[in-house]
Amino acid sequence: MAIELRDLTLGYDGHPAVHHLDGTFADGSLTAIVGPNGSGKSTLLKGITGILKPLGGSIERGKTPTRNIAYLPQSAEIDRSFPATVADLVALGHWRSRGLWGVITGTDYGAVREALEAVGLRGFEDRALDTLSGGQAQRALFARVMLQDADVILLDEPFTAIDEKTTADLIALMRRWHGEKRTVVAVLHDIHMVREVFPDALLMAREPVAWGSTAEALAPDNLLKARRMTEAWDEHAPWHEGHTHQHGRAA
Amino acid sequence: MNLFDFFVGPFVTYGFMSRALVGAVVIALSAAPVGVFLMLRRMSLTGDAMAHAILPGAGVGFLLAGLEILPMTLGGFAAGLIVALLAGLVSRLTIQREDTSLAAFYLISLALGVMLVSLRGSSVDLMHVLFGTVLALNNDALIMIGAVATISLVSLALIWRPLFAECLDPNFLRSVSGAGQAVHLIFLALVVLNLVGGFQALGTLLAVGLMMLPAAAARFWVKRLEALCLVAIGIGVASSYLGLLFSYYLSVPSGPAIILVAGAIYLLSLLVGNRGVIRTRLVPPRHRIA
Ligand SMILES: Nc1ncnc2c1ncn2[C@@H]1O[C@H](COP(=O)(O)OP(=O)(O)O)[C@@H](O)[C@H]1O
Ligand SMILES: [Mg+2]
Repeated sequence: MAIELRDLTLGYDGHPAVHHLDGTFADGSLTAIVGPNGSGKSTLLKGITGILKPLGGSIERGKTPTRNIAYLPQSAEIDRSFPATVADLVALGHWRSRGLWGVITGTDYGAVREALEAVGLRGFEDRALDTLSGGQAQRALFARVMLQDADVILLDEPFTAIDEKTTADLIALMRRWHGEKRTVVAVLHDIHMVREVFPDALLMAREPVAWGSTAEALAPDNLLKARRMTEAWDEHAPWHEGHTHQHGRAA
Repeated sequence: MNLFDFFVGPFVTYGFMSRALVGAVVIALSAAPVGVFLMLRRMSLTGDAMAHAILPGAGVGFLLAGLEILPMTLGGFAAGLIVALLAGLVSRLTIQREDTSLAAFYLISLALGVMLVSLRGSSVDLMHVLFGTVLALNNDALIMIGAVATISLVSLALIWRPLFAECLDPNFLRSVSGAGQAVHLIFLALVVLNLVGGFQALGTLLAVGLMMLPAAAARFWVKRLEALCLVAIGIGVASSYLGLLFSYYLSVPSGPAIILVAGAIYLLSLLVGNRGVIRTRLVPPRHRIA
């Protein structure tokens, strides 16, 4: 399903963080959102999932309820010291089909096991979350997204601070979702990876800079423009190009 | 004196002892899991603040009806809820964070409560309200405690899954369901409910002890949520029993004795628990690879 943004403004406590965004994530598209820290990428995803209500404009999600959107928050927002197992975390993905008070059945656990296998975590069901590495935790979260079986998948910096092998595996999974005609949107910092994997890109710097095919959106003059706009409002805003391992304030 | 007489005798011989035991055990049963969730949500001090917030409500009940259970309980419950909601509202409407507004409200509440109780009662009444009288639980009080525990445990079972999700990954819950806010409010209501349930026996200031200390101690022993709740309940029940025993033989006040036993178990767990100081220092922890 397509997601249409119409003059969308999003923010916190009345202060906009995303200004006047117009455009469409086409049905079945695979789009990367690129931009410096603080440019409103996470805010935009929260708006699309419905966590944040628009300050202005609107988001058209067709007839699909927001429950049909799978959202993977930036990893820093998950409390990994929480006393839960990998299976507990992944099983949350059943939410849409089971609802608030639904009983998780034996088949559901079968599905959890299968999803874990698909992300390369066979046999990790009973491991405590705080014993996982960052890469393993991210794999588990991808397994949860699989269980959600949603038409729209939103991933916020899924590969930040993740090792190369894991990144490659998870990109393959993302391509599979794309092949299944789901609409996939991911926030990324690695511009080379975006050029390689993503047909479409949205370049943000608080205001949208460019949105379209990756080659055009990430053309050198657009990147330069984004860099200038960023410098204009914050001289020190970190701007990544290529591989990054540092990671700004988690939002 | 044989062992049976020593460990069981007081509770068989004296009605006030057996009623105290039943009351304290039921409070522990109900409050400990709530404490576990408070701890996991990093809201440990919220319980303490809410305990103070109950006081003016209980004070109004006392002014109107004297040392009667129902008016004081209802008043306390209402006051606790109002403070919880106001603190949440202030943080939403202004730049002040919830912890600060909560602190402000509970300090106002505490002063107001002490003032109200003193208006009509003696300092003995005040001590009664602040520190409870587990040895003077009558049947009405036991029924009240039982009702509180029943409501609390059933509600907790009902909101278990969303509450679990809300603690682990709040943004995920918000993305799949609008229930997060409601669940948060129900949970706060359960905190208040358990504190008013405990306040007859332990007083407003110590009731929070049977909520937080067992939970904090359990964290040093087990990892899983269900196990944490069970171990915390066990520690709460043991503290109640041992505390009453100490109180009986050493002629010390029962409420503080119960909480001190829970405190001792906490300190012991901190030292020798599976995940306590000694074991994690002698055996270095597994390192996380980011
Ligand atoms: N919960 C929040 N409350 C208030 N301001 C926020 C919150 N989250 C993000 N912001 C602000 O909104 C802006 C955009 O943030 P964000 O969307 O997280 O950027 P990005 O994901 O691109 O790094 C930043 O200026 C940030 O400080
Ligand atoms: Mg972000």
